[in-house]
Amino acid sequence: MANHWGIVAEFDSASAIYHAAERVTAQGYTKVDAHTPFPVHGLDKALRQGPSHLGWLVICCGATGICLAQLMMWWMNAVDYPMWVSGKQPYAWPSTIPVTFELMVLLSAFGAVFGMFGINKLPRFHHPIFTHTQFHRVTDDRFFLSIDSTDPKFDRAATAKMLESIGGKHVELLEEE
Amino acid sequence: MTATMTVPPIQMVAPHVVIRVKDGDLRTSQMALLGVGAILLAVSLGLGMTSHDPARFYFSYLTGYMGVLGITLGALFFTMVQHITRAGWSVGVRRIAEHVTAAIPVMALLYLPIAIGGFDHLYGHWANAEIVAGQPNYDAIIAGKSSYLNKQFFFVRAGLYFAIWIGLSMFFRRTSLKQDETGDPALSLRMSRIAAPGLLLFALSTTFAAFDWIMSLDPHWFSTMFGICYFAGGFMSFLAFVALLARWITRQGYLREVITTEHFHDIGKLMFAFMVFWTYTNFSQYMLIWYANLPEETTWFAHRKEGGWSSVGTILVFGHFLVPFVLLMSRHIKRNAITLSLGAAFLLVIHWIDMQYLVLPNYHGGHGTEHAAHVVDPATLSAAGHPSFGHDLDLWLHNINLHDGLCYIGMLCLVAGITLMFVRKHNLVPLRDPRLAETLSFQNI
Repeated sequence: MANHWGIVAEFDSASAIYHAAERVTAQGYTKVDAHTPFPVHGLDKALRQGPSHLGWLVICCGATGICLAQLMMWWMNAVDYPMWVSGKQPYAWPSTIPVTFELMVLLSAFGAVFGMFGINKLPRFHHPIFTHTQFHRVTDDRFFLSIDSTDPKFDRAATAKMLESIGGKHVELLEEE
Repeated sequence: MTATMTVPPIQMVAPHVVIRVKDGDLRTSQMALLGVGAILLAVSLGLGMTSHDPARFYFSYLTGYMGVLGITLGALFFTMVQHITRAGWSVGVRRIAEHVTAAIPVMALLYLPIAIGGFDHLYGHWANAEIVAGQPNYDAIIAGKSSYLNKQFFFVRAGLYFAIWIGLSMFFRRTSLKQDETGDPALSLRMSRIAAPGLLLFALSTTFAAFDWIMSLDPHWFSTMFGICYFAGGFMSFLAFVALLARWITRQGYLREVITTEHFHDIGKLMFAFMVFWTYTNFSQYMLIWYANLPEETTWFAHRKEGGWSSVGTILVFGHFLVPFVLLMSRHIKRNAITLSLGAAFLLVIHWIDMQYLVLPNYHGGHGTEHAAHVVDPATLSAAGHPSFGHDLDLWLHNINLHDGLCYIGMLCLVAGITLMFVRKHNLVPLRDPRLAETLSFQNI
């Protein structure tokens, strides 16, 4: 049991996978994911996925950028090597804003990109879902619904049968790598 | 290129959408807005023009006028940007924006008090300057600018600005309404093509209007960023205005399927973005002037440290940026009807204070005005030698008057009333816009 990654089923259209997602989550499955050639509006809601936590990470990174920039410029310009340029104070706030802004943007962007990588456990060389015989068509014209074996409701036989009953084709049980 | 097919009627795309306001519905609100607006403006004009200090009144009038003009110009900009980007989400909102632009001819009429009665009070500093060498009060700087800053060219330009704005707004509004009947998708293409030169004309005319009507109040001073600062505040306020108006219309039972939480979320995002953009442009202007420290440039900010205006500078930093930045950042705030409306109303008030900051200090002790600068009582100075915030706030609240508020609110009510009048008169949504179906199913990711 533990050496199974999950079950994957193929669907023909965006609307088919949308309704399949609704029915699967309605039955109480929680570890469900969809793989589609293009974004399908509302699919995240049909999958009952909660909001992403990435925003919180980004705001923390942005705040760090602001503090770091201020600390850096205050220490360099007013403490370590005070310099008076054209009558401005060594630490004059208007002159610090552009660097503060840039560092905030830089760290926020790092937080967003690398945070997304981290949450998705990327990069990785392989994923069990690629062993599905039809999965190469996900970049073309097919839609796939996967149910993780760690789902509390997961049952090899019952889950596969359920996916077939809602119109899934090529329902395959995939091995853990 | 001719279209080979037409967009199907809305009854086929979305039979559930209500397309017209019921006869007589919303009429009371429209009349109330128009009535209140007209009365407030009439009272203010009557009292102000006959008061002992009409100059002060015209500064109030200009404050309100530029504030509301920015909103109507924001509507024109919004309409053109939706066309040039071929936006799908905004088709329903765009119809309201088109009706807001229908108020621009009325704004042209409301310009008359400035042109006729207010001109010498507002722009006398350059219009009546002595610009012939050898005169006792010869003003070399204004003499150098006199080929641009002279009364004749000033009014020619004013006419040109209104011609551009009215021409563009009539084209986009009428073409959109025409598409309701013909369903010709080529009209959409035509509008997106005209939007490109339209936006160029809009940018130039709005920039120079801000130069002419606000910046020339202090004709020795100049800033090439001034026009974009004015535009940024105006467009933000248009988005706040349309968020409130659309919310109110949906509460009356119309447009509910067309302007949903998803669309309000997008309006909120744009409003937030242009609130930040206002900060960006204003800070850029401030920092360059502060850094270079050239007397002919710093004078503008120096006058805004007098007469209580430094407290308004502080209020704008917090009210036009820091506070709304924190409050409106969250997705949940923008998707909630009450919090988004509160934020929009707050920004409309802040926009009014921003206009005061641009216009009124030129009356209160600004450069070239004969009104004495306020003398600061040494007892109120803080340790650093500046008047305290509380003292300045007090002074500001004494310096502004009823007319500053009456003119702004009066014109705001008029524009809302005119918009509502056209909302009632025409189809609620662009019935046969090729992107209508996209609007109806629009969702934020």
